[in-house]
Amino acid sequence: MAEEIILLDFWASMFGMRVRIALAEKGIKYEYKEQDLVNKGSLLLQMNPVHKKIPVLIHNGKPICESLVIVEYLDEVWKGEAPLLPSDPCQRAHARFWADFMGKEVYDVGKKVYMSKGEEQEATKKEFFDTLKLLEGELGDELYFGGDTFGFVDISLITFYSWFYTYETYGKFSIEAECPKLIAWAKRCLLNKNSVSKSLPDGKQVYELVSELARKLERK
Amino acid sequence: MAESSEVKVLGAWPSPFVMRARIALNIKQVNYAFLEENLGEKSELLLKSNPVHKKVPVLIHGDKPICESLIIVQYIDDVWSSAPSILPSDPYDRAIARFWAAYLDEKWYPSMKGIATAQGEEAKKAVVDQVVEGFVMLEEAFVKCSKGKPFFGGDQIGYLDIAFGCFLGWIRVTEKFNGIKLIDQAKTPQLLKWADRFCQHPAVNGVMPETEKLAEFAKILMAKMRAANPPN
Repeated sequence: MAEEIILLDFWASMFGMRVRIALAEKGIKYEYKEQDLVNKGSLLLQMNPVHKKIPVLIHNGKPICESLVIVEYLDEVWKGEAPLLPSDPCQRAHARFWADFMGKEVYDVGKKVYMSKGEEQEATKKEFFDTLKLLEGELGDELYFGGDTFGFVDISLITFYSWFYTYETYGKFSIEAECPKLIAWAKRCLLNKNSVSKSLPDGKQVYELVSELARKLERK
Repeated sequence: MAESSEVKVLGAWPSPFVMRARIALNIKQVNYAFLEENLGEKSELLLKSNPVHKKVPVLIHGDKPICESLIIVQYIDDVWSSAPSILPSDPYDRAIARFWAAYLDEKWYPSMKGIATAQGEEAKKAVVDQVVEGFVMLEEAFVKCSKGKPFFGGDQIGYLDIAFGCFLGWIRVTEKFNGIKLIDQAKTPQLLKWADRFCQHPAVNGVMPETEKLAEFAKILMAKMRAANPPN
């Protein structure tokens, strides 16, 4: 049966990247449709009327929204290839907990780093490093958050790596200096997993985008 | 053996999130000890079991803590995998159920909380309108998911019933305090009937607090909040 899979996405979105990685891990062929997030297209609005956001996966005409919901869906439908979630219920719960943490805590504090200034930014930087050190603790001495194999939690966090250059430039810090284990993990993912190196844009391009958006906001 | 290990729920009776864990355990007919937390003074067990968020609910199965209410519900469904199932069996239906549960927690619940904190009539009306808009979307979702059956999960209460239904006590308190109907016959007739069915379900009626009791608790909570944040 011919499967029709379309991904509505935006190149710099760390949430969209998660889906790209999962699709690549599973060896799934799909059509990538870059979205204009300022003038949203009718397909996006029709497929995600509730949030009007990317990523949206359209599988044989049926939309699935929310990056982690999509990744779990892919894992359940394409069961045979590269399992992303562990099979043990406790480990699954653990994986879901940390994946959820990335999208909320890491995303929020990262955003504050480049959006805040002065004293607020200093306080945010401390919070940022506390959060990353917590993740280093969780990683421990394992190769991946999934243990020996790259999995759900790795996917949920690695996509932020493409934003690290932005955080570092705005925050005037080096993540590698404070969190070497985390950077080592990120580089390991990029080196060992084609799905990751193919799906992550260059960090400098992300920085260009953020600076451009900041300049536009200042002009208003 | 996993199934005969001790099960505890660390929680607080007014919390809709804690209710989710308890309803799921009730559906599976799993015996558990409910340890009521004093959220003003969190127990060592809670702080040890959920060091990241320090929040209830926490499910402790044997010696393993599981945190985050929706993750707990999925864990319960995974471990006690004999019928009745909580998540739908079809992957697409599961994705839809998870989508709406995420919407409830990330979009809908913050707007619901906003009703209590809105300053002034206009601001309050705007938030109420947002909440009702959410219900209209959930009414549509109900029609699609239930396919003519009594619950989002079909014949039996499922993941989305639990994720949404746990808020009904607080929805009723909010309606009472503000003299409004959030779920009503005009805009959300199916949800109105579903709400009654949900609250009367045997897995639910022992853990859903009575509206009066919750209203008393809410008054005390709001008084404390006002004392901590006096208006300028």
